[in-house]
Amino acid sequence: MSSHTAHDEHHAHDDHHHGPEPGLMRWVYTTNHKDIGTLYMLFALLMFFVGGALAMGIRAELFQPGIQILEPELFNQFTTMHALIMVFGAVMPAWVGFANWQIPIMIGAPDMALPRMNNWSFWILPFAFTMLGMTFFIPGGAPAAGWTMYPPLVLQGGWNLAFMVFAVHLMGMSSIMGAINVIVTILNMRAPGMTLLRMPLFIWTWLITAFLLIAAMPVLAGAVTMLLTDRFFGTSFFNAAGGGDPVMFQHVFWFFGHPEVYIMILPAFGVVSQIIPTFARKPLFGYESMVYATASIAFLSFIVWAHHMFTVGMPLTGELFFMFTTMLIAVPTGVKVFNWVATMWRGAMTFETPMLFALAFVILFTIGGFSGLMLAIAPVDFQYHDTYFVVAHFHYVLVPGAVFALFAGAYYWLPKWTGHMYDEKLGQWHFWLSTISVNVLFFPQHFLGLAGMPRRIPDYAVQFADWNRISSLGGFAFGLSQLIFVYVVYKAIKGGEKATDRVWEGAHGLEWTLSSPPPYHSFNTPPKVTEAEAHS
Amino acid sequence: MATATHDSYYVPHGTKWPIMGSIGLFLMLGGFATMLNGANAGKTFMAIGALVIITMLFGWFGQVIRESETGAYNAQVDVSFRMGMIWFIVSEVLFFAAFFGTLFYARIYSVPWLGGEGMKGVATGPVLWPNFEAAWPTNGPASVGGAFETIPAFGIPALNTAILLTSGVTVTLAHWALKRGDRSALCRWLFATVALGFIFLYFQGVEFGHAYGDLNLTLHSGIYGSTFFMLTGFHGLHVTIGALMLLVILLRSLKGHFTPERHFAFEAAAWYWHFVDVVWLGLFIFVYWL
Repeated sequence: MSSHTAHDEHHAHDDHHHGPEPGLMRWVYTTNHKDIGTLYMLFALLMFFVGGALAMGIRAELFQPGIQILEPELFNQFTTMHALIMVFGAVMPAWVGFANWQIPIMIGAPDMALPRMNNWSFWILPFAFTMLGMTFFIPGGAPAAGWTMYPPLVLQGGWNLAFMVFAVHLMGMSSIMGAINVIVTILNMRAPGMTLLRMPLFIWTWLITAFLLIAAMPVLAGAVTMLLTDRFFGTSFFNAAGGGDPVMFQHVFWFFGHPEVYIMILPAFGVVSQIIPTFARKPLFGYESMVYATASIAFLSFIVWAHHMFTVGMPLTGELFFMFTTMLIAVPTGVKVFNWVATMWRGAMTFETPMLFALAFVILFTIGGFSGLMLAIAPVDFQYHDTYFVVAHFHYVLVPGAVFALFAGAYYWLPKWTGHMYDEKLGQWHFWLSTISVNVLFFPQHFLGLAGMPRRIPDYAVQFADWNRISSLGGFAFGLSQLIFVYVVYKAIKGGEKATDRVWEGAHGLEWTLSSPPPYHSFNTPPKVTEAEAHS
Repeated sequence: MATATHDSYYVPHGTKWPIMGSIGLFLMLGGFATMLNGANAGKTFMAIGALVIITMLFGWFGQVIRESETGAYNAQVDVSFRMGMIWFIVSEVLFFAAFFGTLFYARIYSVPWLGGEGMKGVATGPVLWPNFEAAWPTNGPASVGGAFETIPAFGIPALNTAILLTSGVTVTLAHWALKRGDRSALCRWLFATVALGFIFLYFQGVEFGHAYGDLNLTLHSGIYGSTFFMLTGFHGLHVTIGALMLLVILLRSLKGHFTPERHFAFEAAAWYWHFVDVVWLGLFIFVYWL
């Protein structure tokens, strides 16, 4: 099947450029899914380090009790901006980058379905984050009320509110356009024979993620628009004196916010479901149940939002409803974890870097899932709410969860993207340093939270000093370890051992039938997909 | 094993419109934010940004129309466009859902709680606002914005309902005319649709003027004024967009664009128009009537 490059020359029909345009403007004007995917991922990597620098500042301040380097106001700006940048600037764009690179080459399409809009959905982002980032330099500084933007606090800051609201609008536009493109590409551009239930799991999870984006992002846009009008146009949505209710914002926000966390984790499920079969050299156990479990999680994500607000004062029926629906999520998630483990059962396993990150994902994400189950119990949450236990929980699902899956996917497909094998030894170093330090960083935060340390506070009582110091040391180690990743990526782009088309001996799927790197226009000739080359 | 459709799926060359759109949005929204914070320079940036966006829209849509008319798009591209438009409209529905959700939450939960109803109300209402009687419409216990009157459903709003529903019929008649190749009927019915759209907007303007001038119903009128103007205002904005879309379709029809078989742009504008229509029905029932 390596004759695709030859086909390419042959079928270069109506377009007179076979490859990229010359010069830097290639990246600005490009409509090519691989170029845009690369842009997304490099942007996400940059934001990962910007958000990471803010996290380093936070951990440095928390290294010992008292106020050392960040005044409380600036500390609040750091926590708020860290979250906004990591969620909207790092994890989400990274996944859209994966979608751009992988969807066409995994379903046998020439490109994404709507290439010009694809360019726009990326090129809005640098402007959105410029708008958000420049709030550090305007009167009143950056947003400081937390990424959840709760009124009335968020309405009491300086100039930043309007800039933050418009930045969020821009990010929403970008996400919605990206999601539309993903849905249309998957539904309309599959190669003959690529039936829905032959699609690789990564494609399935991204399709479902795209529906979540289309349903959730406009609601966030509505929520922040109401903040804007309450502040500048005299409305009373969140003002009880005028008949409004600040709690209402929390409901609207979390109606977006809970699906949002699945937007960040479902593609991770997809990537892990690609990698484990490859390195266990066995087909994925329970393919169809994986698809249905993903869809169930997506559906449930819309009826659990108020578990973020158990202590805000809800009627008892509300507490019970959201408690039980939240616990229900453990069922499809358990199906997934079971399937990953069953895939490995009696497999001929090897432990290259992608597999290591995928395995760490399964274990550490499950720890995050368990602490989530604890938080789901409303009466228990009354004690944990707004403590470091919550911080530990969502960092476990996001860092050794979503971010580790991103690393796993990056190592897995890097040879395909660059045409060169990455440095396996450095990859292993990156894995072990990250995995050890991430646990040193976040595991003690469970203890801090259970002992009552509140989140989003720059100072703390002395009894919390030891675990905070350990957590900070883990944080610095984790931050530094990520520089290895940058070097590995740089090295693979520059050169190295040539990657074969299939790269991994156990890999299945259309992307491995293309050359490494694939031709500029992926599948000009649609492949015929058989059951054997379908999902791994 | 090449199939005809895949071989000719149109993948455009590099494009300058998106980056232009991003710059325009950045200038416009950044300028708007600056203006809201009281710095007048923001207005200049807003104006420049708006001009850049308008130029981008003409350029981008113009290019797509030219490509469409020269037959660059095959049936599969047409399906992509259709799906894209449908999911865009779904995202718009969810945007309105946020405001409808707000309205329902206020009317069903938070306003009665403020008045002391239920377990939650007992804890807050009588303590903070002992004299507040929950009712709808309301501008809250502090009577934010002062006493106001509401607009009765069976005046201009009912008339506007009739106008929009009629325009839904006329756009369908235009579609039928297009499908049987009757261009003059197509243009006539489209003209009627666009005219009805602008008549609706005129009446809506009159109604807003009446609300502000005579009824003291404004954005400042507590939760009622907030939900009322947020929902009707954003709806009005969408009617404006939809009417402009249909106006472009009318001008294209006059120039001889579209065939009885291929007219995605017409259908996209018509779908959008029906979406605007359905949102209005929700507004008429839940904002004006009940």
